[in-house]
Amino acid sequence: MSAPVSGLPPDLPSAPASGRSSASSDDLRAPTAGAPVEQAFHAIGFLALLLPLLAFLVLFVSVLADAWPRLGWGFLSGIPSRKPQLAGILPALVGSASLMGLTALIAVPVGIGAAIYLEEYARRSRLTSLIELNISNLAGVPSIIYGLLGLEVFVRAMHLGRSLLAGALTLSLLLLPMVIMTSREALRSVPLSVREACHGLGADRFCMLRLVILPMCFPRMLTGIILALARAIGETAPLLTIGALTYVAFLPDSVHSAFSTLPLQIFAWISRPQTSFHENAAAGIVVLLAVMLLMNGFALWLRARLQRRLPG
Amino acid sequence: MRGLTPPAALVAQVAAGTLACALAGCGRPGGGAVVTADGSSTLYPLSEAVAEDLQRAHPTTRVTVGISGTDGGLQKLCAGDVDICAASRTIRPTEAQACDRAGITYVELPVAFDGIALVANRKNTWADHLTTAELRRIWEPAAEGRVSRWSDVRPGWPERPLRLFGAGVDSGTYDHFTHAIVGRMHASRSDYTSSEDDNLLVTGVTGDELALGFVGYAYHEQNRDRLKLIPIDDGDPSNGAGAISPTPDTITRGTYQPLSRLLFLYVSRRSLARPEVDSFVTFYLQHAADLAREVGLIPLPESAYTRARARVTSPTE
Repeated sequence: MSAPVSGLPPDLPSAPASGRSSASSDDLRAPTAGAPVEQAFHAIGFLALLLPLLAFLVLFVSVLADAWPRLGWGFLSGIPSRKPQLAGILPALVGSASLMGLTALIAVPVGIGAAIYLEEYARRSRLTSLIELNISNLAGVPSIIYGLLGLEVFVRAMHLGRSLLAGALTLSLLLLPMVIMTSREALRSVPLSVREACHGLGADRFCMLRLVILPMCFPRMLTGIILALARAIGETAPLLTIGALTYVAFLPDSVHSAFSTLPLQIFAWISRPQTSFHENAAAGIVVLLAVMLLMNGFALWLRARLQRRLPG
Repeated sequence: MRGLTPPAALVAQVAAGTLACALAGCGRPGGGAVVTADGSSTLYPLSEAVAEDLQRAHPTTRVTVGISGTDGGLQKLCAGDVDICAASRTIRPTEAQACDRAGITYVELPVAFDGIALVANRKNTWADHLTTAELRRIWEPAAEGRVSRWSDVRPGWPERPLRLFGAGVDSGTYDHFTHAIVGRMHASRSDYTSSEDDNLLVTGVTGDELALGFVGYAYHEQNRDRLKLIPIDDGDPSNGAGAISPTPDTITRGTYQPLSRLLFLYVSRRSLARPEVDSFVTFYLQHAADLAREVGLIPLPESAYTRARARVTSPTE
């Protein structure tokens, strides 16, 4: 299946190289009156990079300092408790993981399907541009609105209650616009020449999609999806709205099960006045950050791995 | 998706673990047997403690405890959404009718005493006690926008803003407080920070030197070192002269007036037929006295729990 792709340059050569290219153009150009400006701009850019990094570092170190005494196996494997020293995060961790898995299962096929239709099959018309406009708008809607929608539609009208399924459906709504948009961008990144080559070989649209286009843009799609999921794992507002803030000390065992998630557990702990619960909240934040880092790292690794595989 | 075998296989591997758990149920049978409790945040610490101890004693039990306030909890109970509602007041006739209409019968079980504690910031040096008349002047609807400084409450107190924290309107604590202090249920000023979750109120009062608030007694007990308790004088010497602080003793003997009350569980009869709900309620009544003491509520006399147990087992009231 990779035969038609061989010899093509891997996509995205520009993004990682852009930093270097400005430096090399600097070397090529003779020093002119613009050089101080150039240097100043360089410094400003560096500062702009440094500030958020520094803010993150301060945040992370202070949270880690608070969390340190609580982090351990007991915390990861324990259930929530009225005694802060005994409280653990396992139900929330498993809840978050199952919620993400289920959300991905719903949002990814639908999102990629919609993207393929819009990008490859739909005729340009007023209707499709209206749909496109709506999708980009939906991506900017505050997440609590999706929570209210989920409460009305999934929890009440469909009688799903405060279940894992209701939570996953709500988060899927939140993710869909993002998944559709990143998938469409990924589809668009496949050069026209490749498509023409496919048509030239007599491939129909489905064959071209299946054998060439999707394999080529899949790493990109996947990265977008995992980044969207990593954002969704930190969502609290929509889940609060559908009423998932409860004491849940067991692991979800079906899609109809009640659940807790990491951000909800952190919220519950931070709203307690006792400072020892704030340590638990800090430890919960560290766990959440670790999960997000793992997901983002996994996205990078997966993308690198899949991209390496393509030309071979 | 089947066409893109290598990437799809990878994704499938990734998803398989979580999905198997989510859909098939991690190999554990019987997904639905969950006991759902909701309602008053005053009673939440006790329900949470009971749920936790039951969970530790019987790891297969599955109990959830939410905080919607007494109003919200009773609505859910009468809609059949939850099995148990914790309430910091008795059910109102209108709510009982709603339950009737939905065909839901319930049993009312008193589980603990509580006092509503009046609290201020630890840095507050002036407020040594308040009379019920002063409280009324602070909280009545007419006070909105007029009683806005401590000096408006009692001459001689600082001419600095008075910032109020109190139970939200969905809370039984709000009902009781307005009934006892303002004289009319659900009548109060509205320009105060309100929440159905007492934890947030404690956090608010802790962080504001000029705050005055009311919370369930348990929340004061759990945060003794962070809050200043303000005794109340109801001007009636027959139930103790002078200003009285809430303590287990004054609350049980009824001298901490008018802010003492009973806390209840309302359990749906239909849910009680389920063994897991029955065993949760039984465990609750067995351990309520000890756990109430631990979380800062005041236990009832042992005979009250015996009567409550009898009420659970009898098929009709």
